[in-house]
Amino acid sequence: MSGLLSAQSVTKKFAGITALDSVSLDVGDGEVVGLIGPNGAGKTTFFNCLLGLLKLDGGSVTFDGRDLAGVPTHKRARLGIGRTFQRIELFSGMSPRDHFLVAERVRNGRGALWKDLLFLGRPSSDENARADAMLELLGLQPAADRPIESLSLGVGRLVEIGRALMTEPKLVLLDEPSSGLDRHETEVLTEQLRTVQRERGFAVLLVEHDVEFVRSLVERVFVLDFGTLIASGTTAEVFADSAVRKAYLGDMV
Amino acid sequence: MEELISRIVVGMSYGSVYALLAVGLVLTYKTSGVFNLAYGAQAFVSGAIYYDLRVRHDLPIPVALLVAVFIVAPLLGLVLDRGLFRYLRNATAIAKLVTSLALLVAIPQILKLWFGQNPAAGTQGIVPRGDTSYNPFGDVFVSRNDLATILVTLLVVIALTVLFRYSALGLQMRAVVESARLTELAGINADRVSTASWVLCSFLAGLAGVLLAPLFAAVSDLNYTTLVVVAISAAAVASLSSIPIALAGGLGLGVLQQILDRYLPTGSVLASNIRPALPFIALFLVLIFSPALRGRRELADPLAGVDPPPPALASTVRSAALTNATRIFGVVVGLLAAYYIFFHASGQWLDIAIRATILSVIFLSITVITGMAGQISLCQATFAGIGGCATAQLATRFGMSVLVAMLIAAALSALIGALLAVPALRLGGIFLSLATFAFALFFDNVMARFDWVGGGVVPEDAPRPTIGFINFDQSDKAFLVLCLLILLVVAVLVLAVRSGTTGRYLDALRGSETAAASIGINAARARITSFALAAAIAGVGGAMLTIYERAANYDPNFVYFQGLIWVVLVVSLGSRSVEGAIQAAAGLFVFQAVILNQVVPWLADHVQPWYHMGQPPQTLAIILLSLGAFTYAKHPEGILEFNKRKSLEAIQRLIDRRSSKGGATSAGGGTLDGSETVGLPAAAGGPAS
Amino acid sequence: MAAVPEAETVPILELRAVDAAYGPFRAIFGVSFALEPGRVLALLGSNGAGKTTIARVCSGLIVPTSGKVMFAGRDVTGQPAYRYARLGIVHAPEGRSVFASLSVEENLDLTFRRSRGRAGVRGALDQAFTLFPRLGERRRQSAGTLSGGEQRMLSLARVLVEQPRLLIADELSLGLAPIIVDEVYRTLERIRDAGTTLLLVEQHVHHALAIADDAIVLVKGEVAYSGPVSELGDLQARVLGGNAGADS
Repeated sequence: MSGLLSAQSVTKKFAGITALDSVSLDVGDGEVVGLIGPNGAGKTTFFNCLLGLLKLDGGSVTFDGRDLAGVPTHKRARLGIGRTFQRIELFSGMSPRDHFLVAERVRNGRGALWKDLLFLGRPSSDENARADAMLELLGLQPAADRPIESLSLGVGRLVEIGRALMTEPKLVLLDEPSSGLDRHETEVLTEQLRTVQRERGFAVLLVEHDVEFVRSLVERVFVLDFGTLIASGTTAEVFADSAVRKAYLGDMV
Repeated sequence: MEELISRIVVGMSYGSVYALLAVGLVLTYKTSGVFNLAYGAQAFVSGAIYYDLRVRHDLPIPVALLVAVFIVAPLLGLVLDRGLFRYLRNATAIAKLVTSLALLVAIPQILKLWFGQNPAAGTQGIVPRGDTSYNPFGDVFVSRNDLATILVTLLVVIALTVLFRYSALGLQMRAVVESARLTELAGINADRVSTASWVLCSFLAGLAGVLLAPLFAAVSDLNYTTLVVVAISAAAVASLSSIPIALAGGLGLGVLQQILDRYLPTGSVLASNIRPALPFIALFLVLIFSPALRGRRELADPLAGVDPPPPALASTVRSAALTNATRIFGVVVGLLAAYYIFFHASGQWLDIAIRATILSVIFLSITVITGMAGQISLCQATFAGIGGCATAQLATRFGMSVLVAMLIAAALSALIGALLAVPALRLGGIFLSLATFAFALFFDNVMARFDWVGGGVVPEDAPRPTIGFINFDQSDKAFLVLCLLILLVVAVLVLAVRSGTTGRYLDALRGSETAAASIGINAARARITSFALAAAIAGVGGAMLTIYERAANYDPNFVYFQGLIWVVLVVSLGSRSVEGAIQAAAGLFVFQAVILNQVVPWLADHVQPWYHMGQPPQTLAIILLSLGAFTYAKHPEGILEFNKRKSLEAIQRLIDRRSSKGGATSAGGGTLDGSETVGLPAAAGGPAS
Repeated sequence: MAAVPEAETVPILELRAVDAAYGPFRAIFGVSFALEPGRVLALLGSNGAGKTTIARVCSGLIVPTSGKVMFAGRDVTGQPAYRYARLGIVHAPEGRSVFASLSVEENLDLTFRRSRGRAGVRGALDQAFTLFPRLGERRRQSAGTLSGGEQRMLSLARVLVEQPRLLIADELSLGLAPIIVDEVYRTLERIRDAGTTLLLVEQHVHHALAIADDAIVLVKGEVAYSGPVSELGDLQARVLGGNAGADS
């Protein structure tokens, strides 16, 4: 098993119900991989297992050659796993620029209490430059200094993605990024994601219901149903698979 | 053996009342989301009224019971719901906690206006000849009061369990607490359901209050408020959710207390200190070790999006010119005040200025812990006390310079703060506050009594320092300057931390803890830092107060009650900004000096209804201050901050009027479905534009 | 209830020049429309156009700052939300609108016990679990432990089983697998056929337009188009984001 992220027979049970049954999945360096499945199939549970928010009942997760067992969530982030949220989770009261500056400070690890006490805790010009670069990359300059509450959901998603990218992750987990966006916003988001991914070269694991969105971004797809992996392969293969059509797509063309 | 059984029976009787209170607490929390620290105060109301009717006016038991428990108590619940908690339904857990704190402070004081200051002796139970004992076998005695208490409790708890498990109202009560709006969408009148639950809970408190009375020699508010701590432990055992476990927890604690009371060795300082402190120790241990409480988070209202977003700090929305104008105004006022105090004021005003400065320092610790870290700590007075006692001890025992001692004391406070934070932070929200509450009570009752801490009977001395040719012992004015300097340093440090990494990590954590973890912020470390920092600041303040008074006077200055008042005061005036803390401290003393020492005595001389009050100023001060906290419900940013923003907006409008044509808010009048004003960058012209 | 609907002519719900505010920001401006009984109205517009605000005004969650809300010819402006519900307006809010601490069954019980009475609960529950078998499997589980999509199903089950006079559905398809979305829309059609008036807020425009009779297009809180879907014309293409085809 080569690659960046490798989940081996991940199993998770809740009060006797098996939410994930021996799920194995891998993501290579810089690869964009999709994870789809009907509601309640265990996608979010799987994400939470990868992020260390839930403890595994079986199996293992290896990231970048390192076993993640027992590594707390915030340390996994520092190892290079970034994420976005299905219902956006932003820092209320802060501007997009603040979001990026905070993330940048975490990345470079220059925060220490004694520095704060000596007034050395403010953003340096270097940090500001990196935040500016990210704002530009995502086209967020017009909204850079507005409070996050005053921004639309679409902009919020971009801020989440930018915040994750500021920590220079090797892998980004995107949890239904198009959820709540209209067609137009979804298209903009797809475009932005494709550009940024090409430029930065990080790997992506994408959970998404918008089939169009998955197709336009993803090279390989894994399909979960009732906690088990029912299909995997290239996008074209998987969407042609009859089991997948039955469980997930329904009678759609 | 027989003695043990006797103890158990008596313990059951105590335990029943604890259980009743605990069940009431659990019920209040489950049905209104309020962790009602004022529950004991509510019980006190009925207890006092029952006593007054029964003992002072010699009314028959049924009449007194009817009035105290079946009329006054539910009425109080109705008033609390309609007047207060209804408006807090969608507020944060912190807002609810602060409001209940204010009630805890205010209710007994209000009652004292009518009841008199002194505790009343000679209480009576709810059954005739309550002291009569039965003697079923051997040396075992059971009084009629004990039996009545145990029976009533069991009946009430069974009735409640049935109501909650099987009735539609029970289901509705549980639903309303989670989301009143969603319940309304199901066609249920949420207001009526919440009123019903408040009336019911208040009735329980009243019942417990009357049942409690015969257990004490006298009816006094302190008995009740302290007793609630035991009930809180029982409620915590039940993780604030299970009524039967709360019952078992209450009974268990009652029995345990009686048994320990009998079998703990007497004589040693430790034992005599621990005995009265058992409830606090129990609460602390339950909170720290109960696995069910760990990492609990409040459930969010799924329809919270209907509420408008919280307003931004006034200082962040005003223009640069206005900021400078405000600063200049502040400096001018400060200088004028300083000029007056230094050259014209009496000794009393000088004393007020010094105390206000010192209190500002202590209040800044609340700015750090509540304003920055978003946690409510109820033991900031304790940290101040630790700072004060350590300074005095170091100065007296080792002849250390008090200023050096102050720094060491601050470091010690920080260390204790960090040690307390490590286990406490695993608890979320209100449980963290309760742990700090238990710690404060524990320190007050056990630690502060030791010679090497509080100094025993006679407090340890702390001389004023001498620096070079300035002798601060001679001149209070010089000491004021020293205090101002320290305040300046602390304020600047707080500002530095707020704008630095720690402050911004804490901002992020307040915004979204999961998101903060997702980018690698270590929540525990940031919070422990803030706890330690706040403890250190409070320690400095406590040390200053000790030096000013030349002795560590723990009881008048640092008991938990002080801490409660401080938190209520700072949070309701504005905990987010540094100037908020300073204004709160200054306001408190000016209020005391002007209103209480001038206006109230005049009123007392000219208007009559004050005759019952032993000490009108003190009582009234506490009532008025805590009533101020109720504005917190409407203005969670603090009433000062709210008024600042309002007046700033008015001024800004005046300034804007020349340039723009009436764009009302600087935030921009966009359309907001989930509060949007800016669309996607590339979304130039949406559909159909 | 006691209202007297005068045949077909009285709109079941009417907004008259409604302004609604959201904190310091204004959300919708002078919105007027009427919903005829038995018809299906789709509220369209980009994110932030004010669709959800209108849905909330229609169910009494948000009180307009000016203007009137009429239900079957009766002024109900400013009344509490539960009165709207008792008049027969059922609102499925966007997002996971469930009571996380209550079990799946209790969540449904809360609504059904009021609308159907104690005796009717059983039948209503069966209906809900037929609609979403997944929920039936998890009836004793607390709703907070359900996955995001399952929580959507639960909040939908509550409203789809009711036979309200007006059903307001906000972002029905959000977070649901395509196969479930189709099922939900089939149910909506059944409800409409049974005589319920529908107000749909939908991001996936083609779903909404497939069932809607009328449409309202909102732009920045104001009504830009109001009329039959068939006359939407070239506006339709733009609303659909230049992609009139299906999702997949």
